[in-house]
Amino acid sequence: MGRIEGGPCFIMQPANTEIAARTQGIIDELKHLEGPLLPILHEIQQEFGHVPQETLPVIAHALNMSRAEVYGVFTFYHDFRRAPAGRHVLKLCQAEACQSMGSEAIAAKVKQALGIGFHETTADGAVTLEPVYCLGLCACSPSAMLDGAVIGRVDDETIDEIVEAVRA
Amino acid sequence: MTITIYIPGDSGALAVGADKVARAVERGLSARNIEAVIVRNGSRGAYFLEPMVEVETMVGRVAYGPVKASDVHSLFDAHFLDGGNHPLALGDPEKIPFIANQTRLTFARCGITDPFSLDDFRKHGGLRGLENAVAIAPAEIVKIVTESGLRGRGGAGFPTGIKWKTVLDTPSDRKYIVCNADEGDSATFADRMIMEGDPFVLIEGMAIAGIATGATKGYVYIRSEYPHAIAAMEKAVAVARKANVLGVNVLGSPNAFDIEIRSGAGAYVCGEETALLNSLEGKRGVVRAKPPLPAIQGLFGKPTVINNVMSLASVPIIMDKGATFYKDFGLGRSRGTIPIQIAGNVKHGGLYEVAFGLTLGEIVDEIGGGTASGRPVRAVQVGGPLGAYFPRALFDTPFDYEAFAAKDGLIGHAGITVFDDSADMLKMARFAMEFCAVESCGKCTPCRIGSTRGVETLDKVAGGIEPEKNLALVTDLCNTMKFGSLCALGGFTPYPVMSAINHFPEDFRPVPVPQAAE
Repeated sequence: MGRIEGGPCFIMQPANTEIAARTQGIIDELKHLEGPLLPILHEIQQEFGHVPQETLPVIAHALNMSRAEVYGVFTFYHDFRRAPAGRHVLKLCQAEACQSMGSEAIAAKVKQALGIGFHETTADGAVTLEPVYCLGLCACSPSAMLDGAVIGRVDDETIDEIVEAVRA
Repeated sequence: MTITIYIPGDSGALAVGADKVARAVERGLSARNIEAVIVRNGSRGAYFLEPMVEVETMVGRVAYGPVKASDVHSLFDAHFLDGGNHPLALGDPEKIPFIANQTRLTFARCGITDPFSLDDFRKHGGLRGLENAVAIAPAEIVKIVTESGLRGRGGAGFPTGIKWKTVLDTPSDRKYIVCNADEGDSATFADRMIMEGDPFVLIEGMAIAGIATGATKGYVYIRSEYPHAIAAMEKAVAVARKANVLGVNVLGSPNAFDIEIRSGAGAYVCGEETALLNSLEGKRGVVRAKPPLPAIQGLFGKPTVINNVMSLASVPIIMDKGATFYKDFGLGRSRGTIPIQIAGNVKHGGLYEVAFGLTLGEIVDEIGGGTASGRPVRAVQVGGPLGAYFPRALFDTPFDYEAFAAKDGLIGHAGITVFDDSADMLKMARFAMEFCAVESCGKCTPCRIGSTRGVETLDKVAGGIEPEKNLALVTDLCNTMKFGSLCALGGFTPYPVMSAINHFPEDFRPVPVPQAAE
């Protein structure tokens, strides 16, 4: 089940020319792949920091799919963002192995320190906080990922370091 | 002799500071004007000793660990490059009990070789399986894999050889090998370790599968939460192509086989094989009804072998040493070795490859050394989020597919999460239902709606609202989910829930509300 955040109805806008041109470039590069839609969405998110809604009709047209199909795929996967994330993205593992080592208490402390909850971004746009269900670091629990860098055996000291790094 | 220093580049080691250690060692070398090669190897899997630094000396390798960047200065002072004594010295890494007592077949090279050196791979027995495979008929390869008794290591335990035979026997203009590297289960990291630490063994296994079944294209679908594994596999595939291990003439034979790496996008259900195929095709990761089997109509409707990383990575040793060699390990219908991943609240966490048959108690108490917190072990979840919680009373269960099934559990991908006595089993049961609700693909009703109703009903139990009646309802609901769901997500969520209820009933009793004293 795709996670659908609240907010106004998601309306397909006619493509903004600049975004459309960059999107078309990405599509041209990846269209030859078998099943190119996920690689295209990943690349668009890489390019824009999220998947702008204007890109979806461009993809639909290029891949000969309906807009609804493309929208359905986009919303199915947790990774694809409809709005840009903060400058930093902090993911805290909340799966069973990390729970056994106190990941919930860690999350509570981080939330308090940053003043935000999961799936939220600080008002200054510094950091987005997200839960993640397993980073494969289960023998070094509790674990986290900051901007793609892995952190294991997270403790109070690590939390302070992380909070300081994202606040800087 | 050039000095060679090994500092793991495995993400489990990076998570505990291996990069900082590597930089400190580099600085130490240049400050002392010493020439040395630093190899970023995989991890040997003893994560409680990571970052574990090894030095190649005149008397073999000497290990130090767990090393912090701040220890590096004193290591140089203790002449660690000559194997000098130091409080962190571990001696010969092969003699560390956690490592010495294993039977490393699939992980034979992991943590020892340079993951991206094909020469190193060959020197340590790599490519022998593929060389044997290109010299014989496809049906012969399938026969050897079938005789080895290898069963799908992803969790279902389906015989690998039979799957391959179906694909071999299904005529088609195009066939695929798909490697399921969507290792989403908590407590599992074997796939990640092999992809980061010995990626060529997976490439070799996939090439053998391709030659055995007539498939020319392979995909590795890796979860996006594993960026290091994705990067490692891409790098290794490029090296393998250059050396003609992949390409139009695999090892100079007339067989063509190539591999492409694909990234998942954060959907747990895509670890289910048919959902994974849909995702690869660029669709929503929704589960397909079976039949048709993927072996007959899989990726893009073509015959497809879809195997877990561990299954494919176990094939090269079978093709190298023969079916009998592999089959001689294990017990009953569980043949060969299994990489057990010991995780969570445990003193000696890590990967432990061993023949099937150890008891759960031996794994948790003896190998794992009990809890990290020092408190008593209360529960052990075996097989990831969809596996059952086992109490100490069942610690005599041998690690074997059938033995676990007989105790209403499963070994799944062989991950074990240890919990101490602070674990609240009602909360864990609720978490299992909640996880299922969030990750359900939505195709079948028992999973999509049952999981949400499960959360609500367990909340009522927790709130003391008609607990007996509501527990009966949860039991009935679990029965519906188990037998009515399309795939293992809805079908296996009842395992953690029911095992928590059955083995830890005290956590599901209403807490008596104290009468207010006037």
